[in-house]
Amino acid sequence: MNFLRFLFGCFKIITKGGRVYYSSLFFLLVLIVWGGLGYLDQLQNGLIMTNMRDSVSWGFYIGNFTFLVGVAAAAVMLVIPAYIYDWKPIKEIVIFGEILAICAVIMCLCFIVVDIGNPLRFWHMLPFVGTMNFPYSILSWDFFVLFAYFLLNIVVVTHLLYKQFFKKHYNKSIILPLVLLSIPAAIAIHTVTAFLYNALPARPYWNSALLAPRFLTTAFCSGPAVLILLFQVLRKTTKFEIKDEAIFTIAELMVYAMFIYLFFTISEFFKEFYSNTEHIVYWDYLLWGAEKNKEIAIYSWASIIMGTSAFILFLIPKTRKNLLTLNIGAVLIYFSVYLEKGITLIIPGFTPDTLGQYFFYVPSETEIRTAAMIFSGGALLFTFISKIAIAILFEGFSIDSLEKKAIIELKNKPAAL
Amino acid sequence: MNPISQSMQKEEKSNSRREFLKKLPVLAVGAAALGGCSPEEIEEYFQQNFKTLSKEEKEEIVKNLEKKYSEKYGKEFTVSDTPATDGILFGYALDLSRCIGCRKCVYACVEENNQSRDPQVHWIQVLQMEKKKGIDLVHADIHYNPEKVPEEGHFYMPVQCQQCRNPQCVSVCPTKATWQDEDGIVVVDYNWCIGCRYCMAACPYGARHFNWGEPNIPDEEINPITHYLGNRPRTKGVVEKCTFCIQRVREGKYPACVEICPTGSRKFGNLLDPDSEIRYILENKRVLVFKEELNTQPKFYYFFGV
Repeated sequence: MNFLRFLFGCFKIITKGGRVYYSSLFFLLVLIVWGGLGYLDQLQNGLIMTNMRDSVSWGFYIGNFTFLVGVAAAAVMLVIPAYIYDWKPIKEIVIFGEILAICAVIMCLCFIVVDIGNPLRFWHMLPFVGTMNFPYSILSWDFFVLFAYFLLNIVVVTHLLYKQFFKKHYNKSIILPLVLLSIPAAIAIHTVTAFLYNALPARPYWNSALLAPRFLTTAFCSGPAVLILLFQVLRKTTKFEIKDEAIFTIAELMVYAMFIYLFFTISEFFKEFYSNTEHIVYWDYLLWGAEKNKEIAIYSWASIIMGTSAFILFLIPKTRKNLLTLNIGAVLIYFSVYLEKGITLIIPGFTPDTLGQYFFYVPSETEIRTAAMIFSGGALLFTFISKIAIAILFEGFSIDSLEKKAIIELKNKPAAL
Repeated sequence: MNPISQSMQKEEKSNSRREFLKKLPVLAVGAAALGGCSPEEIEEYFQQNFKTLSKEEKEEIVKNLEKKYSEKYGKEFTVSDTPATDGILFGYALDLSRCIGCRKCVYACVEENNQSRDPQVHWIQVLQMEKKKGIDLVHADIHYNPEKVPEEGHFYMPVQCQQCRNPQCVSVCPTKATWQDEDGIVVVDYNWCIGCRYCMAACPYGARHFNWGEPNIPDEEINPITHYLGNRPRTKGVVEKCTFCIQRVREGKYPACVEICPTGSRKFGNLLDPDSEIRYILENKRVLVFKEELNTQPKFYYFFGV
């Protein structure tokens, strides 16, 4: 009963907002419908609407999935420095990090669903009802850790917000271990996702022990980049308080991550190009393309240039401690990692294919529209949950406020009659 | 508790039945959506992994499929579920020195195994290689198209499922929709495959093929003698592969590609039978397996007979 009122209150919150709020909702809805119509095409005709074929059997969808696993993982890993450096609004950081993680995991699952040929048969991979190939298939591990991570985050976030709503103290003896558990879980989801590709001897491009470490470092770049921007928006528009120093510390941690990422990448390049075995073909395709087909090379150079510029911006203390250049750097590194995970990690793994044949893949319109649908759906979900969280945390949306309102309405009613 | 919330609670209780009634239309829509499917389709949707089913259940499924396919293609269909025979482990050998790259095997396979004509699916890929480079995939060409084969300075290497003893495609499958049967054939349950294509990423031989669109085969060209785990018609969104013509070899016949080969490059037999031709080749010829460094341990051997 109280829960119903809570839901009703939440519904009111997400339907109320300023002009900017409504126009961005409208924009997202338009994107969802436009993308959804594209996806409908794929549902009717099959994955032939994508540009994937037997040679390149995974593409843009799986790339986006991989990227979002990173976002989901990194958002929560920020909890570690928040503890160590004792930033004041630690509860808020946990909440917003985990909300981002929840939305990212949902988007991940959506990308898997749109990628598989028979989404309705999804239950075949569940334990008990289906025949889950556990522990042999890394995909079953991935499903398991992603699901556990999702549950963990949703329990923590809803518990914290719900208790705050009722003006009660959250149960520290439950929440603290769960938050601490979510940190290794975050590392696990990204490691297992890397292992999906990593241990396939058929694909030498991924068959490097550095893949999982590289995944973690890129995640530590892209996830906090989103949060840096988000915290500044929250600080401007709500009572959320975070000191500049805390933001600069996040940036400093990102520099370390970027440096390690750069180092790993250079190590990988050195090993491949100096040894110059037949496995070099994938790296050649990544950086120079094959004959006239340079589509992927454009993306990889864009990613390299954006990543390096972001690294320089974050490395120099003057530009790191300037909010404008810091934000530019955050956007650059975000898109650099997006291109790396979304495009240049998956596709060169399949080009050339296992029999040495080249099939030049770029996403089709259907794939782009479907991805737009999932991203805007995720953004919409994130907006809604954040808005509720902001109302509870900073705007005094609570059981008291609801009851006060109800009493006022009751008092006003007879007068109106 | 204050009076307002108490009164709301009462209302809530009396509402619970009404709430349920409100849900009815939703349930009705759901039921109608299911009602749009025939009982057979619903039963098929809830069908379990073929490997886990009892003999009786398998027989019933196979019977239903025969009826369904016969109606669909207007021909008498047989769908067998003949299991592996004890004491048989199938092996294959291909003579690289004899193959002329005519691709007769490719098309015999398509016809025998009901592969989609459009979009085109081929279980056998023939690689044209340069003699002076040896087995070198970087310089191999699948799309060779001369007037006449073999071409000067080239040799040919057909590649299909290598029926590995250590099949990576089987370990990665999240649903156990593909497995290695007792006679060594790696099969797929097309009704259980979710179409995630992890097996395609894992296969080092490009032997697995996906139905990207609805498969199309002209009714008059369909082969009605089928096996549940082999050449029965597939649907879009599932993976398929070479099964050594399971519908033929389990009945004691040769695979279609072996029968059609005009040069006699293709040899097939029981690896456990010391008198078989395949054993003779293994013992008397110099054989190699493709990508042996990956430890997939194929039961498909290449050799140079002359």
